[in-house]
Amino acid sequence: MSDVLSYPFMQRALVAAVLVGVVCSVIGTYVVLRKMAFIGAGISHSAFGGVALGYLVGLDPIGIAIPFCLATAMAIGWVSRKGRVSEDTAIGIAFSSTMALGALFIGLKEGYNVDLFGYLFGSILAVSESDLWLILGLGLGVIVVVALLFKELLFVSFDEEMAAVSGLPVQTLYFLLLGLMALTVVISIKIVGIILVEALLVIPAAAAFQLTRNFVRMMMLSVLIGVVSGVGGLFLSYWWDLPSGATIVLTAAAIFFVCFVFSPKRRRRPALAKN
Amino acid sequence: MTKPSVVKLQDVWVTYHETLALKGVDMEIEDGEFLGLIGPNGSGKTTLIRVILGLVKPDRGKVEVFGVPPDRLGAKHHLVGYVPQRSQGDWSFPVSVIDVVLMGRYGRIGLFKRPSAADRDVAMQALEDVQMQDLARRQLAELSGGQQQRVLIARALATEPKLLLLDEPAAGVDAYGEEKFYEMLKGLKEQQGLTIVVVTHDIAVVSAHVEKLACLNQTLFTHASPTEVITAGTLEKVYGCEVELLAHGRIPHRVVEEHK
Repeated sequence: MSDVLSYPFMQRALVAAVLVGVVCSVIGTYVVLRKMAFIGAGISHSAFGGVALGYLVGLDPIGIAIPFCLATAMAIGWVSRKGRVSEDTAIGIAFSSTMALGALFIGLKEGYNVDLFGYLFGSILAVSESDLWLILGLGLGVIVVVALLFKELLFVSFDEEMAAVSGLPVQTLYFLLLGLMALTVVISIKIVGIILVEALLVIPAAAAFQLTRNFVRMMMLSVLIGVVSGVGGLFLSYWWDLPSGATIVLTAAAIFFVCFVFSPKRRRRPALAKN
Repeated sequence: MTKPSVVKLQDVWVTYHETLALKGVDMEIEDGEFLGLIGPNGSGKTTLIRVILGLVKPDRGKVEVFGVPPDRLGAKHHLVGYVPQRSQGDWSFPVSVIDVVLMGRYGRIGLFKRPSAADRDVAMQALEDVQMQDLARRQLAELSGGQQQRVLIARALATEPKLLLLDEPAAGVDAYGEEKFYEMLKGLKEQQGLTIVVVTHDIAVVSAHVEKLACLNQTLFTHASPTEVITAGTLEKVYGCEVELLAHGRIPHRVVEEHK
C-alpha cells in the first residue's frame, strides 16, 4: 500500500479523487432532488466537444472545455426556460450536437489521438500538477458559492414557484446551478471521464437519499459516499489496471445498491402522524 | 368611505400556449375581504392567481398589488402570502416542517444570511397559528394530507402577509376537516387583519364561509355576496348548466333538473 502512495501520479490522483468526490456529491444532491440528472448528462457529454476543440487548436483541452460546458449549460437553460422547446428535447439536441462537434473536431485533426480514451473514461495517470490546481481552485469556488447561497438553493430546489413569489431571483439561481454543474463536470473529466461524470453527479446523492430524510445529512452522506467511491475506485483502478472512471463509478453503484436494499425508507412505511 | 383596494386588475388578458385563459378581467379586491374565487375546471382561476402573484405576465391590461405591479413589489414581496395546490409539492423532499416554514422568511432575510432567532420565533408562531407546533421537527414525508396543507399555510403566514391567496386548499380534505379548515382561516383573518382569496371549484362549501364570491370562466361574471351570486342565476351562466348546491349553512338548496 505505502509504495503505491509513493508514486507522485498516484498522490495527485488521490487528491483529485477526494476533491472530485466532494464537489460532485454536493452538486449531485441538488441534481437528484431537482431531478436534473438528464441535464447533467447533457452538460457532461458536451465536454467532449470542448476537449476535442482544445485538441484541434492545440490548447489545453480542459481549459477549452470550461467555456464550452458553461455555454452549453446556459443554452440548455435558456431554451428550456423560454418554453418553446421542452427541457428534455433541448438537452437531447445539445447532448448529441456537441458530441457530433467533438467527433468533427477529432476528424479534422490530422492523426488520431489515443489519449482520448482517458478523457472519456478517466485515467489515474492523467492528473498533472496544473490539473490539480485547477480542480482545487474551481472545486473550492463551487463549494464556497453553495455555502453562501445554501438557503436560497435549498428553497428553489424544494419549491421554485414559491421562491419566486418570495422575491428570490429564481432565474439567476437556476442558471447559477447550471454553471456550477458545468464546472463540476469539467474538474471531474480527468479522473472520471466525460462519459462517466454523470454517474458521480447522481449515484452518491441518490444512495444518500435512500438513507435519510434530512437535507444536510443527505449532503454529508453523499459526500462520504462520493469520497469513498473515488478513493476506493482509484485503488481498484491501480491494482487491476482499469480506467479509473469505470472503477469509481462501479464502486459508487455497488454502494447505491446496498443503500437501496437496506434503506429504512423501504423497510417501514413512514408513520403517519396523528392529529 | 370605501376601503383601499389590495388588488386591482384592469382589462387583463392572458393567453397560455395559444389558448385564451383570461379575457378582459376587471377585478378589485378590497382590504379585509374574504373572497371565494370559483369557476369550472380550466376557467382560469389558477392563472388569475398567478397573475396577481406576478408569475404570469398578462398580454394586455393592468395589474396592481398594494398599488404597484406585482413584479415591482420589491421589499413589499412579503405582503403577499401564497398557498399553492398541495398536489404540486414534492413531499418526499428531505426537509422538516420547521425548515419549510422558515423558507417563508427567506425572502425577508436577504441573500447570504442565515435565519436568526427572531425568524425562528416567527416561524414557530406561524406553526402555532395552524396548530402544528408539536410537529415542527417532523419530516415532511411523514405528514398526512391535512397536515401538509397546514404546513403550506404556516409557510405563507411566516412571511407576515397582508394578502393570503390559497389555491384549492381543501382538496383531499374530508368534509369535517374542510369545515374546521375554513373556521381556522376565518380566525386568522380576524386576528391578523388579512385579506383572503380562496380558489376552489367546491362552490357549496366555500359559499358557506366567505363574504364575497367571484365567478370566473375566462371572464369575471360577478363579484358579490354568496347569496346574491346564487340567486341571480350567475352560476348557470358561468358553468353553462344548472349547478347542484347541497343545503349548506345559509345557502339555498337547489336540485338539478337539466344537466347538459
